Amino acid sequence: MMGRTIFIDPGRCIGCQACVSACRECDSHRGTSMIHLDYTDEGHSVASLPTVCMHCEDPVAPCAEVCPADAILVTADGVVQQADTTRCIGCSNCVNACPFGVPKIDLEAKLQMKCNLCYDRTAYGLAPMCATVCPTGALFYGTVEELQAERPGVQVADSFVFGETEVRTGVAVVVPAERVQWPVPGGLPVVEINGKDVRR
Amino acid sequence: MTADPRAAADRRTIVPLDPSLAPPGTRAFRDAGGIPADRWHADQNGETLVPTHCCFCGVQCGMYLRVDHGGKVFGVEPRNHDINRMRLCPKGINAYQQVNHPDRLTAPLMRRSRDEEFREVSWEEALDFTVSEVKRIQQTYGNDAFGLLGGASLFSEKTYLVGKFARVALKSRHVDYNGRLCMVSAAGANKLAFGIDRAGNPFSDILLTDCLLIAGSNVGECFPVMTQYVWGARDRGATLIVVDPRETAIARTADIHVALKPGTDSAFFTSVLNVVIEEGLTDENFLAGHATGWEEVRAKAAEYPPSRAAAICGIPAEQIVEVARAFARAPKAMAWHARGIEHHSQGVENCLSVINLCTATGHIGRPGAGYGTITGQGNGQGGREHGQKSDLLPGGRSISNEEHRRQICEIWGIEESELPPAGTSMMEMVWQMQRREIRGLIGICNNPFVSLPNYRVVKEGYDTTEFHAQFDFFLSETAANAHVVFPVTTWAEDEGVMANAEARVVKHNKAQDPPPGVRTDTWVICELARRLGAGDKFDFPDSRSVFDELRVASAGTVNDYYGITYERLEETGGIAWPCPTTDHPGTPRLFEDGKTYHPDGRIHLQAVEWHPPMDPYDDEHPMSLTTGRTVAHFLSGNQTRRLGALVEQTPRPWAEIHPSHGFRNGEPVRVVTRRGSEVFPALVTEAIRPDTVFVPYHWPVPAAANALTIDALDPRSKIPEYKVCACRIEHAERVDEVPAPPVAPGHVAYPETQVSRTEPLPPTAPQGRGTSERS
Repeated sequence: MMGRTIFIDPGRCIGCQACVSACRECDSHRGTSMIHLDYTDEGHSVASLPTVCMHCEDPVAPCAEVCPADAILVTADGVVQQADTTRCIGCSNCVNACPFGVPKIDLEAKLQMKCNLCYDRTAYGLAPMCATVCPTGALFYGTVEELQAERPGVQVADSFVFGETEVRTGVAVVVPAERVQWPVPGGLPVVEINGKDVRR
Repeated sequence: MTADPRAAADRRTIVPLDPSLAPPGTRAFRDAGGIPADRWHADQNGETLVPTHCCFCGVQCGMYLRVDHGGKVFGVEPRNHDINRMRLCPKGINAYQQVNHPDRLTAPLMRRSRDEEFREVSWEEALDFTVSEVKRIQQTYGNDAFGLLGGASLFSEKTYLVGKFARVALKSRHVDYNGRLCMVSAAGANKLAFGIDRAGNPFSDILLTDCLLIAGSNVGECFPVMTQYVWGARDRGATLIVVDPRETAIARTADIHVALKPGTDSAFFTSVLNVVIEEGLTDENFLAGHATGWEEVRAKAAEYPPSRAAAICGIPAEQIVEVARAFARAPKAMAWHARGIEHHSQGVENCLSVINLCTATGHIGRPGAGYGTITGQGNGQGGREHGQKSDLLPGGRSISNEEHRRQICEIWGIEESELPPAGTSMMEMVWQMQRREIRGLIGICNNPFVSLPNYRVVKEGYDTTEFHAQFDFFLSETAANAHVVFPVTTWAEDEGVMANAEARVVKHNKAQDPPPGVRTDTWVICELARRLGAGDKFDFPDSRSVFDELRVASAGTVNDYYGITYERLEETGGIAWPCPTTDHPGTPRLFEDGKTYHPDGRIHLQAVEWHPPMDPYDDEHPMSLTTGRTVAHFLSGNQTRRLGALVEQTPRPWAEIHPSHGFRNGEPVRVVTRRGSEVFPALVTEAIRPDTVFVPYHWPVPAAANALTIDALDPRSKIPEYKVCACRIEHAERVDEVPAPPVAPGHVAYPETQVSRTEPLPPTAPQGRGTSERS
């Protein structure tokens, strides 16, 4: 996991979509939001959770790996950038490869767009717009130590299993301590909590 | 007035009122010192960040408006203000888009009768016509035949001017404001019990509490930024109790969610008090030293054992016991409430029953212990403090008190005999319009066609008036019915103060010049006053000059603003009143010395008797209709229904119903009350009681919740009973289309939102609250 990153805490999400609106304000894709807000238990509960780009580390960015035009750059600090507009051919390979359903294609322009961790802001030392405005802290930007200092006992996961494939990500998700088991029912299976393999 | 936005940007020092009370999620990264405007944006492309606050709800989040090199607002940047620490909700993030919105009114609109079309006219013509109509109506029918309705989204300076204009220039008793629809029940209860009309504690006290009770407040949607304090309390292990008929985002994670039947709140709280007394959990020392009326309250509580209240409220009796123990045993407990318990014909009683509980358990006036009410409108708190309300004079003085009248007449330079007596409330004024007792009206930044209950009565009242003028920056549904519409400034084009839900006075700064043809409300009011012959009393070139008179007019009262100056507000980021001197730090927390603002310094407890809602249930109308807000829209929606992202997020209203009624999600459901019926797409969810229907109220007819609600009023606060009326639901053929907001002639509607506005489809997101990607 990179130093400063986004932590997603679904237990704090109120479904207000401030992150969605804030994402539209990002100068690199102004007017279009790169965030998904999902309702996880529709009809029964108001529970919701936001999904940003998870900035996959291992395997490094499946979206970039399958890009035939080499348009998706991964920076040295682990940020998976949105497609370079001079290279992107709008083929949608990245959309199909992403296990989290993040990249979007502008069909008219034949260009891909995705969350780039607000590189225009983080490069200046600011937090990404979504995590800055999130009214409840469901999106938190910082280090895991900073998160744990504020929310004592918080458990985070940065590894997920899709069938036989494990994906380790740069963005992490807060997992309720009492749900640490294998597999986590009804959600993405967790294999690692705070660096410990919980399958053993 | 700040002429140069860059000059305003330079004054952005934030000094928290209490730095030790930082909300969670702020310490490491966010406390780095706020936005480095100097190295981030300001040097690039001539961009400037102007520090100001959001124009919407009572939280009053700090924000920067991004101003381009041409002096136009074009974006928003989070601001590390003490209230919100960078955080913003979707309304706040999108608010800037209305400043240069294509629907903005840029010239006065006028017509001599409602049969004619509007035409754009000069300011001279619009003002002259208005003044001639005022004079004609007043000379024919008397001064009180002309009324004035203000708004709680106005800066406090402007609300002060509205009250003064009505009494000094119009010489009419009939002035009121749309804050009457907001939190006047809480205001009435607080005044009765504590002698002061405001929340007792700042938001940051929530972080210190051990038990947080939230009653009738959908914090997650109506005040999203306040959620950080609620989650902060939860992180510390505080017990969270939520009293709400719906399972809101806050209720979902509460330790105890009391899903009571709408309109039964005071029975519930009095029963909780019953258990507290029965189990010996009262703080008798606190009661003996600080309260009066306890014996009457105790006797009344004895009449509400949990078994009786459980039957009234439709909840398990054990829940009442559980709440009583959690609240009374906590070392520090707080109660926050909002419209859910205030919008009732017993709204004042509901709030008093909460105060009784806090007082009986000794949870008053300490860090982490107290009460608060969350204002719905940006200046819902400040809007009534300085004379805009029918029964109040500046400084919260009573218009019926001889001494208070004399004081204000001296400041205003008029004879006491010239000062009219108290008028009637907003809804009562509409009834008077129906009866032709009020023949002319000026409305300032309000939209009663959407926001008042029982639309048919409201429309009839306004249609009956011989003359109606409206101030607004978009053509609201109400303005579209007027004879004259004055195009006025948005919050970003003028400076002034607002008081948030904590009674913290904050300053809004001017970020850009108004578009050509647009004037400030201050200018229009003063110009009307001059033409009515009271120009010498309204010689105010700008907001600052009004604020200086307001400070003097409030000096020595409970609502003392005298020590608050624009300069101090810019330095501190906000000062809570009372603040009597310019070196006084303000009063973020009340009653720390154990004294209330009554002459005897005690809390005056009032026994509360529950009575059923005003609209009785019967076989035809067995269910409760309750209304409320969505996170994407603000009040009557005149502002937010024009902003693309917010329209996309919540394009239309819905009827939230329980699965037990056999509807499928999205199916048309007709909601029928004694006032009428309307069809909405059904949102089928277990997050609501089976006997209750919820409809959000931001849209006009034929998709208006307020075409169905009852215009019954609380006898003391005169707040309408929005939160409960009898209804039934039926299957219907198709849902009603959502009309687009009116647009002035010659203007092109904002095409991006036009598509969504007329979208007749049901909500696509599971909770009806958005267009989720998975839909």
